[in-house]
Amino acid sequence: MGEVSLIDVSKSFNIKIDSEIHTVQALRNVGFTIRDGEIAVLIGPSGCGKTTALRVAMGLETASSGSVLVDGREVRGCGYDRGMVFQHAELLPWLNALQNVMFGLEMKGMRGAELHDTAMRYLDLVGLKGAWNRRPHQLSGGMKQRVGIARALAIDPKVLLMDEPFGALDAQTRESLQSELLDIQARTGKTVVFVTHDLDEAVLLADRVFVMRAGELQEIIDVPLPRPRGDLGVLRGSPEFAAARYKIWQALHQAESVAH
Amino acid sequence: MVDLTAQDMHMNQTSPVTAAKSEVKPRPKLRARRAVPSWAITVATIGLLIALWEYFGRDVNPIFGSYPSAIAAAGWDMLRTGELGAAMVQSLEPFVAGFVLALVFGVPLGLLLGRFRVFEAAFGILVTGGYAMPLVALVPLLVLWLGLGFKVKVAIIFLMCVFPIAINTWLGVKVVSKTLIEVGRAFVAPNMVILRRIVFPATLPYIMAGVKLAVGRGVVAMVIAEFFTAISGLGGIIINSATNFDTARMFVPIIVIMVLATLLNALVGVVERWIAPWQSEISARD
Ligand SMILES: Nc1ncnc2c1ncn2[C@@H]1O[C@H](COP(=O)(O)OP(=O)(O)OP(=O)(O)O)[C@@H](O)[C@H]1O
Ligand SMILES: [Mg+2]
Repeated sequence: MGEVSLIDVSKSFNIKIDSEIHTVQALRNVGFTIRDGEIAVLIGPSGCGKTTALRVAMGLETASSGSVLVDGREVRGCGYDRGMVFQHAELLPWLNALQNVMFGLEMKGMRGAELHDTAMRYLDLVGLKGAWNRRPHQLSGGMKQRVGIARALAIDPKVLLMDEPFGALDAQTRESLQSELLDIQARTGKTVVFVTHDLDEAVLLADRVFVMRAGELQEIIDVPLPRPRGDLGVLRGSPEFAAARYKIWQALHQAESVAH
Repeated sequence: MVDLTAQDMHMNQTSPVTAAKSEVKPRPKLRARRAVPSWAITVATIGLLIALWEYFGRDVNPIFGSYPSAIAAAGWDMLRTGELGAAMVQSLEPFVAGFVLALVFGVPLGLLLGRFRVFEAAFGILVTGGYAMPLVALVPLLVLWLGLGFKVKVAIIFLMCVFPIAINTWLGVKVVSKTLIEVGRAFVAPNMVILRRIVFPATLPYIMAGVKLAVGRGVVAMVIAEFFTAISGLGGIIINSATNFDTARMFVPIIVIMVLATLLNALVGVVERWIAPWQSEISARD
């Protein structure tokens, strides 16, 4: 199981500008439930609160009001039921790829041969077994992101939370990681919450797309494409893809025109 | 050669899987073409300074000044009789003790100051103040407490070294990226584990910078201790030679101390590259 719900979550930040304190309402009464095993994509214009929603779900940020449920139970703070993949991987630079994956497992209390073997298995899952002893600065951007994914997956969370994980990558690397993510998700059945700016990425990955605007959830759009998604290149050219993309584009466009 | 490297990096980015699987062969370090190595420039500067000193120093009254060859002769003399070696050991014992104590206290102190607000509010001001403390003025008091021997020397060196180490560590903790700490939090690491496994290694470059500062201050503290407590060691030779107007002899321990501090700094650099190799590899220039 891996069902995540945000119940009526609001979040405001106090920011100081020229010694005056302003309140920024990042989330306003946001509520949604992400089903077990689905890939949910959060999309919306910059500053609409996607990252904040994800961080609240992870427990890195406490909601000003409202609550977060995982499988119906309220959670406070971070937990091993949720794994976070950061935007810029955020590997620990003094550890090699394997040790980075081992880090989360060690925190969970795993030791010895089991620790090593489990970490190696997840590195293998993301295709980086051969680079296990390289430190982060010796890895390309895409490889770092894979290690980040392996690190989050290794603790066997129910839910994988990803904040624009492929945002900084070139088109080709991005595409190969997208299909890899789909593949891994199909094999492991994890629930995935994925934040992106990219319309194509949203359609390729999502079962449902959550469109946000100015701190609120505006619309939930089903993506009626079959699973497994198959060859992403072929999918991109299909009329179904174009139709789904257009629907989300419209919702986003509406979101922007209301916002301005 | 430059082109090759660029291509190689490009390949790594577009096809990470194949790059990962292909074997990485160690290859000779790339060097800029015909660039004069840095050490040669350093040696040349020092050689020139010594030559100038020798040339002009010979005309000076030997009470008011000295020159390299006279100092070298005096140094050789002191080395042969064993005087210099004995003095060095005598000086280095309290130095090492005080310095190690400063490390053992200073680093955890700095980590706690940077990480815990209450701790910082309570003790931060003491550390900042302690750094600026005019230690020489306190030496008589320290002597009253600890006597004239080994203990007071260790205390003086400790007090001079602990603050730069603690302050640098503290500063380093403050600039550790928030997201690295969030990695720890995301994996439910307790605060102390975050401190040890994330904050400490991330702060190492700052700690090492503090250690380098502390080496310089510690050496000065060592000489101060030998001047103002029981006269001994390298500082003792300086005082005794000065009172006998034997300027050439006086310069010997001064030079030895400077060389010692430089070597210690180089040693810290080596240790840093050994325990924090990622740092020099990441930074633009090593
Ligand atoms: N730590 C913070 N302190 C103050 N304000 C914040 C903080 N984090 C987010 N905000 C504000 O909350 C709002 C939502 O930010 P958030 O990062 O969630 O947006 P986003 O949808 O992820 O945007 P983007 O697509 O640009 O990443 C913004 O107005 C932002 O300025
Ligand atoms: Mg964001």
